[in-house]
Amino acid sequence: MSMQALFGQLLVGLINGSFYAMLSLGLAIIFGLLGIVNIAQGAFYMLGGFVTWMLLNYAGIGYFWSLLLVPIIVGLIGAAIEKTLLKKIYNLDHMYGLLLTFGIMMFIQGMFVHFFATAGRPYTVPSALTGGYNLGFMFLPKYRGWVVLASLVLCLVTWYAIEKTSIGRTLRAATENPTLTRAFGVNVPALMTIGFGIGVALAGAAGVLAAPIYPVSPLMGAELIITVFAVVVVGGMGSIMGAIVTSLMLGLLEGLTKVVYPQGSNMVIFVIMLIVLLVRPAGLFGRER
Amino acid sequence: MSDQRVLTVDNVTGHYGDSHILHGVSMHVNEGEVVTIIGRNGAGKTTLLRAIMGILTKRGGSIVVRGQETIALPPERIARLGIGYVPEERGIYATLDVTENLMLPPRVAAGGMSLDDIYKLFPNLYERRRSPGTRLSGGEQQMLAIARVLRTGAKFLLLDEPTEGLAPVIVQQIGATIELMKRQGMTLILVEQNFRFASRLADRHYVMEHGQIVDVIDRAQVQARMDSIKSYLGI
Amino acid sequence: MTHLPDTVTKPTTSNHTLIWYGLGLIALLAAPFLFYPVFLVKLLCFALFACAFNLLLGSCGLLSFGHAAFFGAAGYVAGHAAKEWGLPFELAILCGTASAAVLGFLFGYVSVRRSGLQFAMITLALAQLIYFLAWQLPFTHAEDGLSAIPRGKVLGLFDLDNIMVLYYTTAAIFLFGFIAMHRMTNSTFGQLLRAIRDNEPRAISLGYEVNRYKLMAFVLSATFAGLAGSTKAIALKIAALTDVHWATSGSVILMTLLGGLGTLLGPVVGAGVVQAIEDHLSSLPADFAVFGLFRLPPITAIIGAIFIICILLFRRGIVGEIQHWLDRRSGK
Ligand SMILES: Nc1ncnc2c1ncn2[C@@H]1O[C@H](COP(=O)(O)OP(=O)(O)O)[C@@H](O)[C@H]1O
Ligand SMILES: [Mg+2]
Repeated sequence: MSMQALFGQLLVGLINGSFYAMLSLGLAIIFGLLGIVNIAQGAFYMLGGFVTWMLLNYAGIGYFWSLLLVPIIVGLIGAAIEKTLLKKIYNLDHMYGLLLTFGIMMFIQGMFVHFFATAGRPYTVPSALTGGYNLGFMFLPKYRGWVVLASLVLCLVTWYAIEKTSIGRTLRAATENPTLTRAFGVNVPALMTIGFGIGVALAGAAGVLAAPIYPVSPLMGAELIITVFAVVVVGGMGSIMGAIVTSLMLGLLEGLTKVVYPQGSNMVIFVIMLIVLLVRPAGLFGRER
Repeated sequence: MSDQRVLTVDNVTGHYGDSHILHGVSMHVNEGEVVTIIGRNGAGKTTLLRAIMGILTKRGGSIVVRGQETIALPPERIARLGIGYVPEERGIYATLDVTENLMLPPRVAAGGMSLDDIYKLFPNLYERRRSPGTRLSGGEQQMLAIARVLRTGAKFLLLDEPTEGLAPVIVQQIGATIELMKRQGMTLILVEQNFRFASRLADRHYVMEHGQIVDVIDRAQVQARMDSIKSYLGI
Repeated sequence: MTHLPDTVTKPTTSNHTLIWYGLGLIALLAAPFLFYPVFLVKLLCFALFACAFNLLLGSCGLLSFGHAAFFGAAGYVAGHAAKEWGLPFELAILCGTASAAVLGFLFGYVSVRRSGLQFAMITLALAQLIYFLAWQLPFTHAEDGLSAIPRGKVLGLFDLDNIMVLYYTTAAIFLFGFIAMHRMTNSTFGQLLRAIRDNEPRAISLGYEVNRYKLMAFVLSATFAGLAGSTKAIALKIAALTDVHWATSGSVILMTLLGGLGTLLGPVVGAGVVQAIEDHLSSLPADFAVFGLFRLPPITAIIGAIFIICILLFRRGIVGEIQHWLDRRSGK
């Protein structure tokens, strides 16, 4: 086993971990505000990748513009879905939210299969980020380093916005006690729309970052969301930093498994989940309730 | 007269799910008045305040706040008519520290107190300003709940049992705060079980029983009607 | 908070109910003369599967997003037992069902302690683990799956390759599972589960070991899902990755939801409708276009759309809406 291969896989693990982090962060925001486990999060990730690809191929809009535009587009689509569909089920059992977003996921995914078939579409790495650095123990492709950096920054900015700003304060208040927060004059229903938009925009952003690494395909998000669910269960609901740290750790672990026991790499996160559930049912960072 | 009306409640009904709680409540509050709602536990006092704020979703009749019909408005629009709400359970946010709790409610009218003014008025809150809201003692939480609406500029406050379960010293402190608010010309609805406390502050008392207003007692009549008040409150 | 519709199909034993039972039985007996029997066999397997899923959701309020694991794994085991070990039909089914029970115990043990939504996430993730295992274990043959599973003979006498024998055997298995689950729902055990579902803190304060009862229900549900999966594998001679895929878990949820959550016949009706749609779509020519204008989207999109419509417009499901309508009429 060469060092190069080991670090190469760890890097891939870190990249996957940062995607898990972005998706689970969005999941946590949405769950807190809307009480909905958004299983369609993977479909919005796919949407992010596809819109990026479409912007380039239909409108000639390149990667860096996409990085800005796509999360906005995906967020707006999400907001529209929240206002038309999710809004109707808030006073029902939370289970219906999961079922509805499941339906939305199947629908979005199915329609993309319908129009674009399942084959992956390549997206070239932007020229500013091609090439790489030889670090001695490994070769670091510039783009991969960029993905890790960009998603970490995005996660930290989101964390900071929630914990330290006035918008975040309102968001936390609405999450904890929506009724009272409304009675203070905060438009919580609008906040929920915005929160859902932001949550899926994070998934969309992950989709943009993924486009040059993984081929863009309608099926790219379906399995990912299940892994993210396992990550969330391992981390425990409720702590944003916990979600980010768990995601990166499990991503790395997955990468490591690819080196030592390749057949088990797609299972390792689920096995960890099983163990955590047995040993520490509230998750690593969760509180027992 | 009616331009002085801050609140007119007319024949208001209210439900929790299938249980009918408010059976046609009517009352009013004029500018600068302190009005109490008294009555035994479970009479529907809290429910009435929740109906006024619009957070009781199944409600009917008419509730006019400063000339605006609010029965079909969502809570956030009602609050922005200049109402401050101090709920019975205090509603301190655990995920927000004391300063954040104070800063949370948006300003709904001009002339609210600044954060500095509030900390001057409640020095013990200043000392705990970085603690999560729910780490405070009961008395401090109540202070925080009241201080929180003073910052918003609301001139019309709903206070639900602000002295419930608190030590006499703190009850006094809260009484002083309410008197200060009254002197500043604020309009108040005070729900109270502690009648001695309420009678010193109020211009008028509404007596509630089984979801209805069954009596109105003016300040001047209180002494004369002490016996019936005692029987209303079951003491 | 609106709760899920109540499961209680009142335990009446009036003539009315007997008539319905009779009609159902006649329909079951007559069906193969009216419809294509292999389609019916598949339908009955999925109907049983949906009933098993409904047992858990209807009486415990637990939404499992991973029931395909039991259905599919049992199919693999039953298929392997019949094909590689040469076990007779009955024993092969028994092996498959037992494996689902064991798997159900494992899944249930770690998941029933968790509240509703986490429970759903955990079951989904655990089922994914089974899916990956099915990819890699030698005896499941990855993408090829197990095919040409021999059906064998019922009781060593009747050859299951005779389509009518196959149909009536499947119908008997279905009927057994259906009645067993129905009786369980109406038993004291079923009432207890509903009491837990409606007010868990109260049940705990009354001294019930809530998680044990939930686990029992989970294992039972997994077992019947396994019975359905084993029967399906042998009847259709194939066990494949699609049977353990999350889409199959979603499909069984849809069947139950569409037919009517917590109703007795809902899962059966839902399974019928979904199977009929899938069957119809797959029988269309590849270049089929609606009004010659546009192609139909793939089945996933259609299922997704039905999900959305069903949740927004008729949450009670087909049977639930009919029942509601009848109740309201007789109430007036
Ligand atoms: N969330 C609720 N759901 C159902 N009933 C409630 C709820 N809150 C209060 N009630 C009932 O409404 C009635 C009035 O309660 P409340 O307004 O809190 O009385 P008060 O504040 O006068 O003590 C009581 O009978 C109480 O049991
Ligand atoms: Mg009260």
